[in-house]
Amino acid sequence: MTELVDYADAVKRYDPVLGIEVHVELGTRTKMFCAAEVSFGGEPNTQTTPVSLGLPGALPVVNGKAVEYAIRIGLALNCQIAETCRFARKNYFYPDVPKNFQTSQYDEPIAHDGWIDVELEDGAVFRVEIERAHMEEDAGKNTHVGGATGRIHGAEYSLVDYNRAGIPLVEIVTRPIEGVGERAPEVARAYVQTLRDIFRALDVSEARMERGNVRADVNVSLRPTPQDKLGTRTETKNVNSFRSVERAVRFEISRQAALLDAGQTVIQETRHFHEDTGTTSSGRVKSDAEDYRYFPEPDLVPVAPSREWVEEIRAGLPELPAARRKRLHAEWGYADAEMRDVVNAGALDLIEATVAAGASPAAARKWWMGELARHAKQAEVSLDEVAITPAQIAELQSLIDAGRINDKIARQVLDGVLNGEGDPEAVVVARGLEVVSDDGALLEAVDAALAAQPDIVEKVRGGNLGPVGAIIGAVMKATKGQADAKRVRELVLERIGV
Amino acid sequence: MTDVTRLSAAALAERLRGGEVTSVEATQAHLDRIAAVEGQVNAFLHVSADEALATAHDVDRRRATGEELHPLAGVPIAVKDVVVTKGLPTTAGSKILEGWVPPYDATLVERIKAAGLPILGKTNMDEFAMGSSTEHSAFGDTHNPWDLDRIPGGSGGGSAAAVAAYEAPLAIGTDTGGSIRQPGAVTGTVGVKPTYGSVSRYGLIAMASSLDQAGPVTRTVLDSALLHELIGGYDPRDSTSIPEGLPSFVDAARAGATGDLAGVRVGVVTELQGEGYQPGVLARFQESLDLLERAGAEIVEVSCPHFPYALDAYYLIMPAEASSNLAKFDGMRFGLRVNPSEGPVTAERVMAATRGAGFGDEVKRRVILGTYALSAGYYDAYYGSAQKVRTLIQRDFSAAFARADVLVSPTAPTTAFRLGEKLDDPLAMYLNDIATIPANLAGVPGISVPNGLAPAADGDGLLPVGFQILAPAKADDRLYRVGAALEHLLEAQWGEPLLNQAPELRATELA
Repeated sequence: MTELVDYADAVKRYDPVLGIEVHVELGTRTKMFCAAEVSFGGEPNTQTTPVSLGLPGALPVVNGKAVEYAIRIGLALNCQIAETCRFARKNYFYPDVPKNFQTSQYDEPIAHDGWIDVELEDGAVFRVEIERAHMEEDAGKNTHVGGATGRIHGAEYSLVDYNRAGIPLVEIVTRPIEGVGERAPEVARAYVQTLRDIFRALDVSEARMERGNVRADVNVSLRPTPQDKLGTRTETKNVNSFRSVERAVRFEISRQAALLDAGQTVIQETRHFHEDTGTTSSGRVKSDAEDYRYFPEPDLVPVAPSREWVEEIRAGLPELPAARRKRLHAEWGYADAEMRDVVNAGALDLIEATVAAGASPAAARKWWMGELARHAKQAEVSLDEVAITPAQIAELQSLIDAGRINDKIARQVLDGVLNGEGDPEAVVVARGLEVVSDDGALLEAVDAALAAQPDIVEKVRGGNLGPVGAIIGAVMKATKGQADAKRVRELVLERIGV
Repeated sequence: MTDVTRLSAAALAERLRGGEVTSVEATQAHLDRIAAVEGQVNAFLHVSADEALATAHDVDRRRATGEELHPLAGVPIAVKDVVVTKGLPTTAGSKILEGWVPPYDATLVERIKAAGLPILGKTNMDEFAMGSSTEHSAFGDTHNPWDLDRIPGGSGGGSAAAVAAYEAPLAIGTDTGGSIRQPGAVTGTVGVKPTYGSVSRYGLIAMASSLDQAGPVTRTVLDSALLHELIGGYDPRDSTSIPEGLPSFVDAARAGATGDLAGVRVGVVTELQGEGYQPGVLARFQESLDLLERAGAEIVEVSCPHFPYALDAYYLIMPAEASSNLAKFDGMRFGLRVNPSEGPVTAERVMAATRGAGFGDEVKRRVILGTYALSAGYYDAYYGSAQKVRTLIQRDFSAAFARADVLVSPTAPTTAFRLGEKLDDPLAMYLNDIATIPANLAGVPGISVPNGLAPAADGDGLLPVGFQILAPAKADDRLYRVGAALEHLLEAQWGEPLLNQAPELRATELA
């Protein structure tokens, strides 16, 4: 394997350029061209029709909902929506493509010429230009059995599951992303993450990376300076987590820099990313020999979304993630750094829901970014996987605000909720944690404490208020911390008569 | 009692309704006829006697209870083997699909079943409908009932021969470049290629998606109208299906049968006659024109200057689409699977071995042509140019239909040739469709009506000739009006249907 060039070194001497293709599986009820159900985890080859199996005689019909979703995506990415566009056939023989051609948009995408701003963790913003967003159908899933690698080479046999064949996809293709320099890996990651957030906000896909709902192909090339023409690119396929996107770009920059340093050329090829090692390896060489013989799909008529429909969809678009962040930032009054931390921690939704349930923005942030973040880290789960709801946090905070528990007790209540003992109120009752505010009960404890420490009583009576803390401490201890310390102090001083 | 197999579908339907004959009797009579003549004709690839009789029983039972039935209920029908039929083997005439039993019905088959027509079986055809003689079937030749040494036309030679030999009163054909009309012409039967999009293609094993259209094959114009109304109409499963309803074909056929064509402008296409057409074919054509004129039609000469390029464009567009449509036949999911005789057994090599063994020469020829025409760097010169020609041909039609209500020509340039005669000369074979292809390229409807006999090209005997009528898209009713008028006028002259002049087939035992 090629020696790598240290990343920092590589980006000092070369200017990286990115191109990213993101595929998103749409969350429609049925497939792109037939009524087969779209759902995750079905028995193999149960979610099929003659159409998605490519049986002789079957014909495709375009899923109107998928077109609507594609338009939603196009509009959210500030694209033009085509007045008319067509599907084409991409011809190639492979067993996971039942017809031996994929029905995809080729030279007439439904959406084109858009852009999206992506924000990095430190708040820097890069604009990524979108060349096109087009509709296509997914392929089936091959499983290669036997052999060491799980790849087709060396396998004893292969199984094909056509449940995925025909699931609607939208592919979003960027123009070359230039001028990102050493931040290329972060930009790539943030771009894919931004798209994922948009898909979720638009409600067009569950957009779960781990299920392959969102898949990225990352093109990377290097050139000596931004003034030079684009270098030869590689395309790393199916990079399936945000972290992998970042690592794959980083690795390719180091690898290509090493080749160029050694006076070698970068081969235009597809590459595979390996999660375990963080490296890429050569897939197949892309060349002119690969001829997909595209031609317009004669079984389908052009898709011509009316301008009225497009405007109707535009008017119905939800607030997009960037706009929402901006609005919440203003509403909550957080400092810029606080807001970034909240976003980076994935706490935005949780805090919004907590505020909606009645907590103040400051209190909501305090809980989620403090105690709960610590808890999540310890349990090695993400914040939204912590076993407590925003409503429960809001309830907990309201108990504090009402003076029914204090901060220290609140942590015990929190433990109870996380422990599955119910809502905060129920935990308080069950564990008997309510602040003792009954003066009668308190007085008993106060009198006992006074009687136990007459010397201190004397000192206080003599005008030295310093030692009174010892009395208060004894009362708190006797009431297991459930007393309101302020009230205890009042009662102690009253009893002593100062 | 008359032999029910000699009745038209309309006449048989009348007797079924009147209780003079049951569907079981009619179906059995046709099955008997099939058993008697199939040894000579070989029109069927599969005969579904049990299923047909079960349908017939059911229709008779329902009729007995007074249930309202479709006008054609109980009338048996044959279906070209390129149309998928649930539970019945469907091969498209190819070894590569031998043994495949579809798990679903084509839309037109659903409609046939819903209407209660017993399906007698699946008819022979050129492999994947590629041919003009049915000699490219992987399962043997079909013989023309007029002369068993001659071809029945193609690709739908089986459907045409079955109807001509009284094995079925009705049949389904498909027409990509003339595969319904040309067999109709050479067997003395009626064949209709409907407007593209007027009959659902869902369940037709596609050759060329933008050209394929299923339609009726019958002995009378009225029967075609009845069958066309049954199988036609919007189907949401075919994106190219026409949503709106069309004027009644049956009404038009009945109106035409009065023989009155006053005010109808009939355009004779200059480019579809002359060189390459047998003299006898042209003579019959002229006589038919004279008949139409006497019936009140106005005959006008129209020019369609781009028609001479139609064949060239067709042989780029059709193979291009076919090369892609036939890619799915790879041995992976259904039909034939052949392992390579030596070396590793990989998916790619199994696909290659299967396609090598499963496809016949004509299919391979067209797949290779089409693959080439779509290749990067050649696409614009071939497929792109052909699409431009297609547009020009559509404009020719528009201009011609501004001057005439229908256009007419001989259906095929020649009478039936001998089996084997043109098998080694693909270009000569392709010329059979010279008059029928323009309609497919433009999506307009056409009908072939038998209009007499002409001496065979080799001078050996008299053979049927067809008269083609073309109408604007969605004006299929005009085909039926003019077609029925011509049929009426000709039969008045002959005193009987043309098919009555066909030689009697000797009954033989099926092997």
